[in-house]
Amino acid sequence: MPEAVSPRGFWARLSYWIMLAVTGVLALLWAAPVIWAFIASTRPASEPLGRGDVWFGSALTLANYGRAMTLAPFKLYYMNTIIIVFTILAVQLITITLAGFAFAHYKFMGKKLLLFFILMQLMIPTTALLAPNFSTIRALGLFDTRMAIAIPYFGSAFGAFLMRQAFLEVPHDLVDAGIIDGCNWWQLLRHIYMPPAKSMLVAFGLSSVAWHWNEFLWPLVVTNSDKSRPLTAGLVRFTQLGEIGAQWSLLTAATLLVIAPLFIAFLIFQRQFIQSFVHSGIK
Amino acid sequence: MSTAAAGVKHKRRNPILPYLLILPTGIFVAMFTAWPTLLALYQSFYRQRLNIAKFREPTFIGLGNYAALFSDDRFLLVIKNTLIYVLVTAPVSIILGFLFALLINRTIKGIGLARLAFFQPTILPMVSAATIWMFFFTPDYGLWNSFLRFFGYNGPQNWTGNQHLALIAIMIVGIWKNAGYYMIFYLAGMQNLPTDVYEAATLDGASGWQMLWKITFPLLRRTTLFVSTIAFIGAFQMVDHIFVLTKGGPSRASTVLLYYLWQMRFENQDVGLAAALTIILILFLLIFTITNFALSEQKEEESYA
Repeated sequence: MPEAVSPRGFWARLSYWIMLAVTGVLALLWAAPVIWAFIASTRPASEPLGRGDVWFGSALTLANYGRAMTLAPFKLYYMNTIIIVFTILAVQLITITLAGFAFAHYKFMGKKLLLFFILMQLMIPTTALLAPNFSTIRALGLFDTRMAIAIPYFGSAFGAFLMRQAFLEVPHDLVDAGIIDGCNWWQLLRHIYMPPAKSMLVAFGLSSVAWHWNEFLWPLVVTNSDKSRPLTAGLVRFTQLGEIGAQWSLLTAATLLVIAPLFIAFLIFQRQFIQSFVHSGIK
Repeated sequence: MSTAAAGVKHKRRNPILPYLLILPTGIFVAMFTAWPTLLALYQSFYRQRLNIAKFREPTFIGLGNYAALFSDDRFLLVIKNTLIYVLVTAPVSIILGFLFALLINRTIKGIGLARLAFFQPTILPMVSAATIWMFFFTPDYGLWNSFLRFFGYNGPQNWTGNQHLALIAIMIVGIWKNAGYYMIFYLAGMQNLPTDVYEAATLDGASGWQMLWKITFPLLRRTTLFVSTIAFIGAFQMVDHIFVLTKGGPSRASTVLLYYLWQMRFENQDVGLAAALTIILILFLLIFTITNFALSEQKEEESYA
């Protein structure tokens, strides 16, 4: 884009300022829901939030967060979400690295067919298969466990494909030199393929964590008790508790409890997050 | 040297290792993608309802489930809702994403805040976003209505409970959530655009609009194709907010295919019908993916012709 800082003439300058104003208004509009939720969550529960008037309340309090924590086992939900998200991540990092390496490095019979078989997962997303997958989870005896939520994502076609692409960019000469030096497959992978592909692994990891932290439908279907329920499913149960009613300060506090860890991580590592979303999407 | 070369070649072949390396991924794809697809296809030819004693055991009924669906007005309404939902949410989010990227693709102090504002809905869980929006759509004191009143609109108040507005409410939340996600792909694309082309165009006296339509847009064609693929596929799967905001109602006015599938399987306990719906959903996804792919191939040819 051309640098618009030195616009020529009156009209150009006018349109430049209009653009800036439009940007500001749209940005405010887009941020309003979350800002509103944050303010509402800090208002005393006694203060009615009639007419959406949260902006000019009389006091600030963190009491709503404490009350939300006692009304539902959010600590347990946190633990469940964290265990689920990092179990998925740990297994995925191994499976996609190994598969990506095999597809990038080796020549073998049926390679194209196998790659196509795995990439099928991109065309038929796991979300669409919740009904038959539910039967599988039942048959495996995993219903209402954290494992039930995690296991369908242990193999990632998307991740395997990303790693294959990253490994393919490693110069052939480098690999050949490693082979001549007598590296076995594990040493090749670890010392030659991995170092330049690490950033791709991090990018995939960030988007995997964000995606599974936010997932709701599948956990809803395969859980039935608080011992396995993650934050998202817990929040929806919480909003439907009879005693909550329309206590918006409490509802927004609970909502922000669910959002907070990922959101704070995002605010700190904004650039890395956005880059990882772009990289794990665009290649 | 020749023995070394042979050794190098040899190292890229191995009779079992590559298969073993792919095995973990392969097993999970087989268990949770291939097998359930086949299982759904199989179950879709059987009648099986778990909450009715005499239908608990599966009975072969051929295309009975599909016939039942296509002669059912509720299902036809669901298909209509789904198409409206997908064909509005995806393009509007993409256009807004493109617009946002255009607006913030400049180096001014504070522009990072705008990028943050546009992108942040992407990393919120959809159920949290929906819980926040619930307040906005609430009758009488919802912020959304205050906002609309500001512009002189005094129409129906209860958005999520209104038959004509429920689907629109769902679409608004979907668009708000995703526009910033698509923005980052356009932003990445714009930052890779060749600046010399713009310099040449400026020298030739091209206006900003001309440059936008004749240079920026065509050069970002690949980004648009990629974004539209993920946007359309994503829209079919985006139902979490329906659980919070409308539960598909009123009178199924905001029920889309995946939500209907969930209802059939887990509320009605109708395994056969849910399986048929799974197959129909997969077909929709394949049609959209293949169309997008075909379009990209075709456009590619045209541009090189």
